[in-house]
Amino acid sequence: MTTTLVPGSARALLALGDDALLASQRLGWWISRAPVLEEDVALANIGLDLLGQARGLLARAGELEGRGRDEDALAFWRDAPDFRHVCLVERDQRDFGTTMVRLLLLATWQRELYARLAASSEPGLAAVAGKAVKEVAYHVDHARAWVLRLGDGTEESHLRVQRALDAEWPWVSELFDGSWLDPEVVAAGVLPWPDELRPTVLGEVAAVLARATLRLPDGLADGLAPEPGGRLRGRHGEHTDELPGLLARMQQVARAHPGATW
Amino acid sequence: MTAWEDPLWEVFVRARRGLSHVHVGSVHAPDAELALRHARDVFTRRQEGVSLWVVPASAVTASRPEDRDAFFGPAADKTYRLPTFYDVPEGVEHL
Repeated sequence: MTTTLVPGSARALLALGDDALLASQRLGWWISRAPVLEEDVALANIGLDLLGQARGLLARAGELEGRGRDEDALAFWRDAPDFRHVCLVERDQRDFGTTMVRLLLLATWQRELYARLAASSEPGLAAVAGKAVKEVAYHVDHARAWVLRLGDGTEESHLRVQRALDAEWPWVSELFDGSWLDPEVVAAGVLPWPDELRPTVLGEVAAVLARATLRLPDGLADGLAPEPGGRLRGRHGEHTDELPGLLARMQQVARAHPGATW
Repeated sequence: MTAWEDPLWEVFVRARRGLSHVHVGSVHAPDAELALRHARDVFTRRQEGVSLWVVPASAVTASRPEDRDAFFGPAADKTYRLPTFYDVPEGVEHL
């Protein structure tokens, strides 16, 4: 693969790969715990889609970085401050409503992002995004189906999914934060400015939430997310207390048996 | 939300264009839209199909096992119902 080496590209791909990797790991918690067998399989499928995206993105990030780290080295041998995913995806999600709200937010953003990245000037990124855009379209569809049913379902399901939405909402703005991104990466057409995705993504999310009879969090109707100021910024390596435990579980086998293969 | 409260849906998959939809199993789901998605996730993960049907299991009227002899037995000795029963004369075209 030809390398159009733009400084900062490796870091950009690393961030997107980490988003997919950590979201996948959190979804894995649901395996054997979903409300019904059919949903168990659905969540596992979605998690595996994300894992596949993470592999492609991290492998390419490692190539661009040029320090000899492959996808496994990046996934299993970095510690919390070296991960660059948004904090949205690393937090615990043992409530089904939380899982579906977060998936709706993440997948709607990924769909818009990947659709643009399919035309990225970075060929490795364009290849992963071109394939992944169909996958995340299904994730949006799945999350939307559940948010509609939970929001417009029973009194209990409405209350719980509303509570989930209100808790996820403060973590959304990081998706649109470009403070970590090297301007050269955007200028070279590798990635769009994250903030450009905001109106479309929030507009689509708001439409689903309104149909689900949920109360829109402050600012959403105007396409605004809360300012990230004062909050943790995963893109800068600042993470919640929940990340080290999650990484310990994800990395323990690889670290106990370095270089092992199936 | 529990499996035993959700209705059962029968799942049919068309493997590829030109073939019929074939029954492959069933899923539990609260409504048709979710049944279709569940069927997609459970039965078409490995490129098994290009089209899916889900049908409420309650809409299927089935023959009863105890009726098997009365329903299907009498056909066994009626070989004249099979095309192989007939000899095709030499020189017949368009048959």
